[in-house]
Amino acid sequence: MTLKTREGVAAWFFLLPGFAGFLIFVFGAVAVSFFLSFLQWDMLTPAKFVGLENYVRLIAYDKTFHLVLKNTITFVLGTVPTRVILGLLFALALVRNIPARTFFRAAIFLPVIIPTVAAAMVFRWIFNADFGLMNEFLYSIGFSNLPRWFSDPKWAMSAVIILSIWKDVGFSTVLFMAGLQGIPSSLYEAAWLDGANKWKSFVYITLPLLSPTTFFVIVINIISSFQVFDQAYVLTGGGPGNATNTIVYYIYNNAFQWFRMGYASAVAWLLFGIIFAATFVQFRYQKKWVYYE
Amino acid sequence: MKKTTKEKIINWVLFGVMMIVAFFMLIPFFWMFSTSLKAIGEVFEYPPKWIPSTFHWENYKKVWTVVPFGRYLLNSLVVSGSITVLHLIVASMSAYAFARLNFPGRDKLFLLYLATLMVPGQVTMIPNFILVRIFGWTDTYTGLIIPNVFTAFGVFLLRQFFMTIPKDYEDAARIDGASRFYVFSRIIVPLSLPAVSTLAVFTFVFQWNNLLWPLIVVSRDYMKTVTIGLASFQGMYGTSWNLLMAAAVMGVLPSVVAFLVGQRYLIKGITLTGLKG
Repeated sequence: MTLKTREGVAAWFFLLPGFAGFLIFVFGAVAVSFFLSFLQWDMLTPAKFVGLENYVRLIAYDKTFHLVLKNTITFVLGTVPTRVILGLLFALALVRNIPARTFFRAAIFLPVIIPTVAAAMVFRWIFNADFGLMNEFLYSIGFSNLPRWFSDPKWAMSAVIILSIWKDVGFSTVLFMAGLQGIPSSLYEAAWLDGANKWKSFVYITLPLLSPTTFFVIVINIISSFQVFDQAYVLTGGGPGNATNTIVYYIYNNAFQWFRMGYASAVAWLLFGIIFAATFVQFRYQKKWVYYE
Repeated sequence: MKKTTKEKIINWVLFGVMMIVAFFMLIPFFWMFSTSLKAIGEVFEYPPKWIPSTFHWENYKKVWTVVPFGRYLLNSLVVSGSITVLHLIVASMSAYAFARLNFPGRDKLFLLYLATLMVPGQVTMIPNFILVRIFGWTDTYTGLIIPNVFTAFGVFLLRQFFMTIPKDYEDAARIDGASRFYVFSRIIVPLSLPAVSTLAVFTFVFQWNNLLWPLIVVSRDYMKTVTIGLASFQGMYGTSWNLLMAAAVMGVLPSVVAFLVGQRYLIKGITLTGLKG
């Protein structure tokens, strides 16, 4: 064997365990899923090829899908901007030498690592309309018309959003802290010598130099928010009605409650398309506001 | 002089603001723990008591006996632990091939791996569930573990790290007659310990918190992980808030302890990788 072939053989020795698994559970699964999305199949009776029918039905007729899509977008709009802005504000405070900053960082980050299921159980109790802390608190600061969080379609999604902000704001905070710490302090000193005030340094130094981090935080938050499931599953069960039903929940119900494997696959591919488009658009427009050195 | 006084005042003001923030972040933990120790009558008392009049530790014992909670913890440990170990082995070996060895089609294959990072897990979930059914892996550790081992993120992360290790170390060992596997396992991996352990922590936490996959491949009680154990416990004891909160405390406790022990490390890891569970 030549040296080159020997290196190729060695390479495949290292690659093979992973590649075999990837071939089946990732590449194969993606291909099969795409194929499934053109079938009607309940796993019991033989599958039927229906062409684009699943997609047509989803886009043109399926009222429930339109609703879960709208709910998911509401969730994304409700969580992402708040998590990004609060995350930035917390990070700005925590990179300063304030007393007890390690404690604050831990308090903000702690919810990130606990299981969403457990967090949702606690919030189901906190948002309990009759005995929950939330309504207790609202009452004590003077509200009298207290929301019935889980039986009122107008309020149920707010509860899911509040839980998700509480749970994940620490993730954005930590990323922003890392980004802020990466800005050289010499720049601020130079600006100060030139007579720039704090606000000007923030607008002309901090924000532009932080923009790659901001971009990353926004992209990651949007991708993960579109995939919301756990919170809705435990907190509201998608209800009342379908008020907090989300795209992933709809995939779960179609595939594993109603055994519509083809239809569920088509929903999954539409979700993929939506996430891909949202990410693509952001990459496209990052030139306008993201500053790379 | 004037500047430092002003800075100090600002810092104390921010300290006050952050105290309020920390209060809201921690109150759910406190309330969960407090409720978990109450008698059911006290749970519904008005106004709510912050500290229970007597501590009912037997709530925990009750949760432990009405559902096999110890078994759930064990299952989560076995499943998350196995996925972590297998993923580290598979990902580090692949990453080594991509970072250090030349073979035809290497860059194209790597790009293909990278492309899978964009595909949401819900796309592959359905075919993998069908496969698990065909293999007879439902309600088994194998079914819970194997389909979750193969993700491109670890391959990508470790490849980037391996590439920063100077090639001289490797060449020197090769000249002394070391095999590639020796180089990989005795030089490259030990030198990459920060990246490898970060990946280990994240894989473990992510899998520990995983709900959707166990939900679809497990139906028998004794194969449940903590997450679906909690979800089904909530289904059974919907308004026994003291018991529900005791279960939630037990579901949260391993993560909280792990976090307090490895806090610095975990946060460093996030900032190193920007990884999200």
